[in-house]
Amino acid sequence: MNAIVEELLAGEKRQTGAADMMLQLAEWAAASYARYDRAAVDRITKAASEAAYALAGSLAEAAVKETGFGVAEHKKIKNEICSRGIYEAYKNEDFCSKRVVAEQKIVEVPRPAGVVFALTPSTNPVCTVYFKIMLALMTRNAIIISPHPFAKKCSAEGALAMAKAAEQAGAPAGIIQVITEPTLPLIEHVMKSPRVSVILATGGSPVVRAAYSSGNPAIGVGPGNAPAFVDSTADLNAAAKRIIGSKSFDNSILCTNESTVVAEESIADKLLQALGKAGGYVAKPDEVDSIREYLFGLGSFNVEVVGKSAAEIASRIGIKVPSSTKVILTPIDRVGIDEALSREKLCPVLGFVRVPHVHAGISTSRALIRMSGAGHSAAIHSSNTATILAYAGAVKALRVVVNAPCSQGAAGFGTHLAPSFTIGTGFFGRSSVGENIGPKHLVNWTRIAYSDEASETFGDFSSLEVWNNQAPLPVGRDSPMTLGRLQEGAERADAALFAQAAGGAMTDEIAAMRDEIRRIVLEELRAAFRK
Amino acid sequence: MADTEQSPAKQEFIRKSIQFWNPGKTQFWQDAGVDLVIDRRQDYFLYDMDGRRLIDVHLNGGTYNIGHRHPELVEVLNRGTQRFDMGNHHFPALGRTALAEKLAKSCGGDLHYTIYGSGGGEAIDIAIKTARHAKQKKKIVSILKAYHGHTGLAVAAGADRFSKLFLADKPDEFINVPFNDLNAMEDALKAKDVAAVIMETIPATYGFPMPLPGYLTEVKKLTERYDALYIADEVQTGLMRTGEMWGYQRYGIHPDIVVIGKGISGGMYPIACVVVREPYAGWLKQDGFGHMATMGGAELGCLVAMKTLEILERPQTRPMVNYISELMASGLTEIMKLYSDFFVGIRQCGVVMGLEFDYPEGAKPVMKHLYENGVWAIFSTLDPRVLQFKPGVLMTAALCEELLERVERAIGLARAECKGLGKAGGKRYAA
Ligand SMILES: Cc1ncc(COP(=O)(O)O)c(C=O)c1O
Repeated sequence: MNAIVEELLAGEKRQTGAADMMLQLAEWAAASYARYDRAAVDRITKAASEAAYALAGSLAEAAVKETGFGVAEHKKIKNEICSRGIYEAYKNEDFCSKRVVAEQKIVEVPRPAGVVFALTPSTNPVCTVYFKIMLALMTRNAIIISPHPFAKKCSAEGALAMAKAAEQAGAPAGIIQVITEPTLPLIEHVMKSPRVSVILATGGSPVVRAAYSSGNPAIGVGPGNAPAFVDSTADLNAAAKRIIGSKSFDNSILCTNESTVVAEESIADKLLQALGKAGGYVAKPDEVDSIREYLFGLGSFNVEVVGKSAAEIASRIGIKVPSSTKVILTPIDRVGIDEALSREKLCPVLGFVRVPHVHAGISTSRALIRMSGAGHSAAIHSSNTATILAYAGAVKALRVVVNAPCSQGAAGFGTHLAPSFTIGTGFFGRSSVGENIGPKHLVNWTRIAYSDEASETFGDFSSLEVWNNQAPLPVGRDSPMTLGRLQEGAERADAALFAQAAGGAMTDEIAAMRDEIRRIVLEELRAAFRK
Repeated sequence: MADTEQSPAKQEFIRKSIQFWNPGKTQFWQDAGVDLVIDRRQDYFLYDMDGRRLIDVHLNGGTYNIGHRHPELVEVLNRGTQRFDMGNHHFPALGRTALAEKLAKSCGGDLHYTIYGSGGGEAIDIAIKTARHAKQKKKIVSILKAYHGHTGLAVAAGADRFSKLFLADKPDEFINVPFNDLNAMEDALKAKDVAAVIMETIPATYGFPMPLPGYLTEVKKLTERYDALYIADEVQTGLMRTGEMWGYQRYGIHPDIVVIGKGISGGMYPIACVVVREPYAGWLKQDGFGHMATMGGAELGCLVAMKTLEILERPQTRPMVNYISELMASGLTEIMKLYSDFFVGIRQCGVVMGLEFDYPEGAKPVMKHLYENGVWAIFSTLDPRVLQFKPGVLMTAALCEELLERVERAIGLARAECKGLGKAGGKRYAA
């Protein structure tokens, strides 16, 4: 083709038009999948999770290579958790069948959202893709993934592998789709589309804000800024190990990672020592200045350090650190807008601030979350339940992890919170959901409610399925061919027609039919001409 | 006539159409109970000038395959007019060559050159002329009750209802054989004096009788054996309507000449195309001015056609067509169960569909009741027991569901009318 014609064909609507077709296909898939039964859904979900699991390692490496963020080994773990792990976590839960609550004379019928539009980040690309797809599949939703442009290749590869496995296991065509070339106008177009049932947005604040203001129901996860309060009753060695392990996990790329350690003065020195032993390097005052400059000198967080290792960051700044260093600790005097290092840092640089007593610890932690991360996560290391409770009641976080690594614990790993890579930030974070997002957030329930009068007896629903005796569901894989009845030779030919492969040779049966058909056709025509 | 009263403006308009435009046709529709005057159109909807909305499953034979005024086609046409017009048909032209290249790729094999017309009939004429030149023979074999358009050669090849009217039938040059009858086809070709067989892949105006298994492949073989060309009229079966880009691909054959019309224009700018295999396009080298038309292959049309192909080639289109045709198959089968003594069969290949009614001219009352219930579908002129039912390839799930619901109601009403049940009972549509 020539350039002039190509230019004329390349209007703005080319991209949005293609996206609209994805949405439309997703609607078809969702309409069909919403009627699948539990067993089929389980088969599909399992197949997709296994396909994802098989790629956990290679896509972890691909993600690190493509984005430059994080640690392949840790990403592999997250990928495994978000595929087989999520399957295992929910395999005994049923989001597909009716529930009968006999004592209330209520029957609940699950109603999937429809089309889920999922924005996935560059920081945790593959595992978030896995996670959101797993949720959608379990709950009989179609999903369109819009990966972060920095991670589009590995994200698309993961999603497409799951799509293939899901469809092979019987899912309708187009149940999982990916926007392989995401751009801002395109994402905005899709977000505003009335065809989207719910947006699952993970990413920077602008993306999440855009999702909330799209007019579509949205569940968004913005930045965190988790305080880790260590009081005088904490087991300092254990706390130090957990904090370092968490802060260095995948080079601190989870939004649930600790931002700043808030230490009660009486144990602060000992805690610093313990942190040092666990792999922390305590920066000297002039080093703190250069770290601050490097991380925040341009006003906003320097994306070049996102997910980089402590050693690499140190060497970029020109600080000598021991080779065993996992986390760089930056002692700071205060938290707030006048101390950049108290902001969210998606890298293994950890603020360290001293407070005179518990009360100050709580208000300092509140201050951290005032800057960003409202509704997100906080950690506390303490054995005093009164302090823990006061902390949880005061700090504007909707999950408070106790004596555990926050990165993992807030995401439901190593705690009994719902395992999730999508953290609901609730009203504090201007979201509608305040829990760790799980499959239940992608289904509504229609409630059949009987009169509470005793004379009105509750029906027997026990042996019924919601979708009984339904006509065959379209799955988007073949387009039917039938002959009808009034057409000459139709009855005899129908079966053969279905069996015929395109371009297939004439079978004997067909050859034999030929004369018969000819006879009938001629008779018909003769009759027609007589009229 | 529809239940709704006509506005004075519409009455006046219909009167004028009878007066100035086409009295026969205008009156025909009034008598058939379809007083449609199309005003606005959008997606798969038509709006009558009195404002009533209709779901379009006639689509002018697939012209509006991807919907009315598809926004991407509107855009490309607008962009095109900033730079192009129809073009000068004597010179190599940017749009024309680009589309030809795209079609060569899409049609496959050595289907290679594209010759342009501005409508399907003209394109059929071009195909027949090309075959005659290639084979240096005059005879053309076509299907009894075929429909290829109303230009000179096309009308001669089609059903005699239209050729005789204008004394355009040429029985010695144009031989008709029954569809699905291989022996008759072989008899017609045996003398080796035939230039080409021309075949609608699925005869549309005849109500979409489906080719029986192996029929088209055998016809193709017969043309090879008896030194004739195979012309595939893909005017209604092309462009993903059968589930494949071209209907012949669905049936596993490779024609010598392919005729493309209707939908390739997106309903936005007239254009039709004839794609010819390399060995049979000799006249293009011998005398490239041999066929021409000022408006054939207008460059704005070429742009629209390229965009249409682009949309249809997107990976979402195929599963979408599958969904639509699967849902129609299962939904219509359910309706057939309800009215099994009236609605007796479904002819289907993808979204190319014919609904059979076991009643003389049964498709006419169905058409009328559909119209009254917000759906526009047309009966088959050459077999009025059959309703042509042609959903678009980009219909949404919700619209298909709505369509089925309306179709069920309308067929129920038509059945009641034909069987003399219910309020409308009595009126007969005799053959
Ligand atoms: C199969 C077929 N071929 C050819 C034509 C002629 O096309 P046109 O009306 O553009 O001349 C038609 C029109 O209905 C058709 O259905």
